[in-house]
Amino acid sequence: MSSAYRFSVSIMPRDGILDPAGRAVEAALPELHADNVHAVRVGRRVELTVESDSAAGARATVDSLAADFLANPLIESWAIEEMAG
Amino acid sequence: MKVAVVVFPGSNCDRDAVHGVQLAGAEAELVWHERTDLGGADAVILPGGFAHGDYLRSGAIARFSPVMGAVREHAERGGLTLGICNGFQVLTEARLLPGVLRRNTTLRFEHRWVRLGVERHDTAFTHAVPAGMTLRMPIAHGEGAYWLPEPDLDALEAKGQVVFRYVAPEGNPNGSERAIAGVMNERGNVCGLMPHPERASESMLGSDDGLLLLRSLVESMARVEVAA
Repeated sequence: MSSAYRFSVSIMPRDGILDPAGRAVEAALPELHADNVHAVRVGRRVELTVESDSAAGARATVDSLAADFLANPLIESWAIEEMAG
Repeated sequence: MKVAVVVFPGSNCDRDAVHGVQLAGAEAELVWHERTDLGGADAVILPGGFAHGDYLRSGAIARFSPVMGAVREHAERGGLTLGICNGFQVLTEARLLPGVLRRNTTLRFEHRWVRLGVERHDTAFTHAVPAGMTLRMPIAHGEGAYWLPEPDLDALEAKGQVVFRYVAPEGNPNGSERAIAGVMNERGNVCGLMPHPERASESMLGSDDGLLLLRSLVESMARVEVAA
């Protein structure tokens, strides 16, 4: 009997990799008088539902999708979380 | 002899590429990305544009278009494969070329003329370029900063896989590592570059330097033996 499992995948530029988008956001902060904010990094988040017989099976599917497609392992790292409901 | 020019949803330099190939003296056929064959073409060009909207990452979704199976088979048989701009991004995502094209470090979409040094004149893609000549060609991309980890860059250079580099006076426009503008695979039959040869294929466009690359490709097709 298959169930639906919902996951989020948060994808970020790897540490040490220049993040131009984060730098652009950070450059705007003085205009907002947010001078105490720094080390901004911009990534993206993907949410998806997997139909599977087991939580482990669903997780394996997401693991493989993240590594092969959702992220580019050369420059990005990712974190997978199972979401409630 | 015929060149297949792949059309992804969002490709926008496909017709320019066809025109450039025709100027270089070969036939060209547009091949929609849902096809699973290249129509018997002798070479394939993945053109510029924004395939599948460039969502996720440039080229990431195009890599899974049905036609990419045929492109991969063609490349693995030794068939000549050229990726221009977005096509270069697709080839790196498909792991047919090493490296990744990251967002420009300038934080801008860079749209201007650049000057290219040709590192190798003995390739299927560059043999018509006279020694010592630099090429004037336009770029138009937001994600063209070539990147590989340092040791991999050293290996790439040692194997002679760096084909094009941005040179003075305009220099490196996008923050590419070691000013790399184009690379090829080890076998030398798959090449990608960010600048647009097809947009510099006749003098009325401001330069016809790019035609030298398309002519190289067309002349090489006749010589390359592709295993059946």
